[in-house]
Amino acid sequence: MSEEQKDDGLISVFIDDEEVRCKPGTNLVDLVASVGQEIPHYCYHPKLSVSGNCRMCLIELGMPGRDRATGEPMLNEDGTPKIMFFPNPAIACGTKAGPGMHVRTKSEMVKKCREGVMEFLLINHPLDCPICDQAGECKLQEFATDYGKGYSRFVEQKVVKPKRTVLGPRVMLDDERCVLCSRCIRFSKEIANDDVLGFVDRGSYSTLTCYPGKQLENNYSLNTVDICPVGALTSRDFRFKMRVWFLKETPSICTESSVGVNTLVASREGKIYRITPRRNDDVNDTWMPDSGRMLYKEVEADNRLSEGGNIEQVPAYLESDKLAYVGSAKASVEELYLLNRLSRATKSVANYVVGRTQEGDELLISNDVNPNTRGALSVGFIESLPGAELSELGAKIDSGDVDTLVVYNEDLTAAGISVEQLAKVKIVYFGTASNATSEAAELVIPTQSVFEKEGTFINQQFRLQKFLEATPGPAGVAEDLVSFSRLLNHIEPDTGKLETAEAVWSELSKEVSMFDGITFGGLSPEGVQLDGSAFKHLPFCEGKTLHYEPAVETVEAEA
Amino acid sequence: MELIDFFWIIVKATIVAVALLSFSNLAVLAERKVSSWIQGRVGPNRTSIPILGAIPVIGTGLTKMGLFQPVADGLKLLLKEDPVPAHVNKFYFFLAPIAAMIPAVTTVAVVPVGQIIENGVAVPLVLADLDIGMLFIFAVSALGVYGMILAGWASNSKYPFLGGIRSSAQMISYELSMGLSILPVFMWSNAPGVESGLSLFSVVQNQQFVWGIIFMPISALLFLVSIFAETNRLPFDMPESESELVAGFNTEYGSFKFGLFFAAEYAHIIVGSGIFAALFLGGWHPLPFNPMGWELQPSGLLGALISMGIFLGKTFFVVFFFIWIRWTLPRFRYDQVMKLGWTMMLPLALVNLIVYAIVFAFIDMN
Amino acid sequence: MAIKKIERKPLTLAEKSYLPQIASGLKITLKNIFRPTVTLQYPEERPEIPEGYRGVPTLVKDPNGREKCVSCQLCEFVCPPKAIRITPGELDEESENAHVEKGPKEFEVNMLRCIYCGFCQEVCPEEAIWLQDTFSVSGYTREELVYKKDKLYELGGTLPDDHHKWDKKKAAENSGNPH
Repeated sequence: MSEEQKDDGLISVFIDDEEVRCKPGTNLVDLVASVGQEIPHYCYHPKLSVSGNCRMCLIELGMPGRDRATGEPMLNEDGTPKIMFFPNPAIACGTKAGPGMHVRTKSEMVKKCREGVMEFLLINHPLDCPICDQAGECKLQEFATDYGKGYSRFVEQKVVKPKRTVLGPRVMLDDERCVLCSRCIRFSKEIANDDVLGFVDRGSYSTLTCYPGKQLENNYSLNTVDICPVGALTSRDFRFKMRVWFLKETPSICTESSVGVNTLVASREGKIYRITPRRNDDVNDTWMPDSGRMLYKEVEADNRLSEGGNIEQVPAYLESDKLAYVGSAKASVEELYLLNRLSRATKSVANYVVGRTQEGDELLISNDVNPNTRGALSVGFIESLPGAELSELGAKIDSGDVDTLVVYNEDLTAAGISVEQLAKVKIVYFGTASNATSEAAELVIPTQSVFEKEGTFINQQFRLQKFLEATPGPAGVAEDLVSFSRLLNHIEPDTGKLETAEAVWSELSKEVSMFDGITFGGLSPEGVQLDGSAFKHLPFCEGKTLHYEPAVETVEAEA
Repeated sequence: MELIDFFWIIVKATIVAVALLSFSNLAVLAERKVSSWIQGRVGPNRTSIPILGAIPVIGTGLTKMGLFQPVADGLKLLLKEDPVPAHVNKFYFFLAPIAAMIPAVTTVAVVPVGQIIENGVAVPLVLADLDIGMLFIFAVSALGVYGMILAGWASNSKYPFLGGIRSSAQMISYELSMGLSILPVFMWSNAPGVESGLSLFSVVQNQQFVWGIIFMPISALLFLVSIFAETNRLPFDMPESESELVAGFNTEYGSFKFGLFFAAEYAHIIVGSGIFAALFLGGWHPLPFNPMGWELQPSGLLGALISMGIFLGKTFFVVFFFIWIRWTLPRFRYDQVMKLGWTMMLPLALVNLIVYAIVFAFIDMN
Repeated sequence: MAIKKIERKPLTLAEKSYLPQIASGLKITLKNIFRPTVTLQYPEERPEIPEGYRGVPTLVKDPNGREKCVSCQLCEFVCPPKAIRITPGELDEESENAHVEKGPKEFEVNMLRCIYCGFCQEVCPEEAIWLQDTFSVSGYTREELVYKKDKLYELGGTLPDDHHKWDKKKAAENSGNPH
């Protein structure tokens, strides 16, 4: 090891005699995973404390030997350091990388250990993979194919434990399938701060259960289902709905709040079955709130718009010189950009966005309900933070300064505009769901939901994150970008076709300095951190969340 | 001619025509049955007539034999939609099937189907015992090819056209050797001092001692092959050749018009078989070789029936032979048909004629 | 590439005339006429279905009348022409088979798509889907030929259960084990 290498603070660890450089103290399971290998494990989770109780990650550990008497390094005959392996295996998850450490992950002893652990785990495990929702993404299944025997030597009756236990409004428990890894217990305690789970009847009959009189009902309870390595905890919403191997997982962004939780939307043949978190260590780690997982139901909601007017009818309305646009901070950066271009190209009086705030939970739900407030600011659709009430617009309607409204996916009655006021103006409504505004609109153009299109959001950290199309959307509903691009082309025929996010970004990266050099295709799944300093002066109503600390002056400004 | 005679001729002609068409219908059934037997199948055995077919032994037996099938086939051809493509020449398109049918039915007029011995004199059972019987047959049956050429041309479509062309070329090629092949037969029957002309009846009577096929095998072979070619039967079905020309000259035809072509083809076969039986198989003479010249048939109606039975039996055997050949041999290539006709059949027929002419000359000299 | 020239024997006169060949051909076809036919008079006579025949896929019940299928959807997954469509469902808590938890709410086999490959039978972990002896499938509409659950059970009937997996499970659940 040269002096130069020491300076970067990394140490050398040898995994199966291959040298790996890593930070001291790296967890061995993570370290091995980082070089593309896998140490099987159940209880270890990178975002939870280490409990080391499943014993599946046993490895052989060794250090360069030192002569006891002299303290000199022991050498082999060929002059290489002699590695002294511990006689007993060690758990990888409970071991932190140390300089010169040697790890054997494939030795005969390690293999035997894992086979032994597997056999014990499977002794009481019910053979119900055919009905188990975890099948297909079950660690027990996967490692059983690697280390299992294929048959059981256990002739006694299996332990009978409670099945079909309702743990909470969203979580079911099958104790027989539980491998007692305690991930769910640790999650509830450490992340959700709702310490309701625990083991009782320790021993052969160890049973996971809720504390008496309590339920696993916090807004993060479904994360326990995600981290459960087996099918013990299952989502009551997803239970028995679809086998996971049919599901196509599309990276997406949760629109629940400005945190911008990274998600995977699992769909089959155009129908969404569940939403699970996607790991992003800068935003949501591996978690997401339960409430965000249910948002897919809007796709097939009763008030979903799938029929309406034709985009060809819209230009007639845009000719008014008392035109105002109401965009939405739930819309993507691209859509707001096109809407802004449209508003510049027509005689727009003003652009508005409806602001929404709530009490965040300091974890993954922030105070700003809109997922893309910063996107609306960045593309210049609005200049200042949106208010919850569009009183200015209401006044302009009353005074007759505005006679035509283009409303994008917002219900104006919820933002302080009365139905009488809506009746005074001509409204073109673009939206996914019908509401009082669409009822009042002269022309309704159905649009796609966030699961049916691609685009980007800018979250509270000014992180630009993209979502992709998971399902094709209802038949006959045009893509939002296509609709806006056609309108723009109608008014400004010289403008190129901006019908895809890729095309919009080719303009956007030129026009907005903040987006310099960004292409839609080149945007990584983790997103990219933008420089939001241009908007530092704005009093964002954000509180603390998992990976976000509000700037001090903002807090002061709020106070 | 008295009116009553005229009436009788009409009745007889109708009987013969109806019989011929019925036989051609049955020949279709025979074709299907024989082909299925050759191929290890059963053939039509399902078609039944409501009440008749339900009679225990007879009805079910007839059903099994497929005897109701021709009725169904005929009905089907009659009742199907009769499409006339827009691009055809309508007049000739309609004329063609008629032109194909008429010669087939006409030629049967001069084919004697038996004899009746009245007062020791054998009288032929024939519609018209023409002196020029064979010439009439050649003349009229050659008209049959007009049906096909017309059909091919009037259809105004490439496959029928090719079929029509092939049909005419084939007809020309084989008509020659066919004519030449039977000349020795008539040379023999017109021995010095005998005035039989080209009548088929006298040819048959001539074979009382020995069948034509025995002392003129080459002629028989050439004639047989030629009728195959003339009737467009496999292996000479150039005008139709399904695998090349869709359905050849009748591609554009359907329903009853197609039915006419179809019936004409089988009528041709039956008439051709009858002529072959008359020329070479001794007609109604039961023994191939009868040097003593025994008169084996009683006189009167009974003898007439027996002779007719023998003649029809031979005819049906030749029809069976037609079918048998069809399901044995594959189709010739078109150039092979032409080559066979011009380079093999015609020279062979000529040589055959010359040889027999010399032989007969020697015999006559003695 | 070496070219080998093979001398063809010149044809004899008999061979050139082609007649002996025709005669031998006629002999063969004539023989065939008198051979017994192989035709099966289908609707009246039925072919003997051999063991392991792959007919129409059917769903079977176990001897207790429990539907064996637990709607694991492996057959749907493995089906090459995507003929199978299952809507999984949860079994009624009150039913005597509640211990099986899961069963098909709907089970459709599109017989217009099925290719009778038998993968579904092979993959089935519950031995619930069997390609049995039904081979004649007909209908007037496309919808008719999408066999629904009841039709599949009607065709399938009951097959013996060699494992009694779920029975044992229920027995264990009922007896429990003391601790």
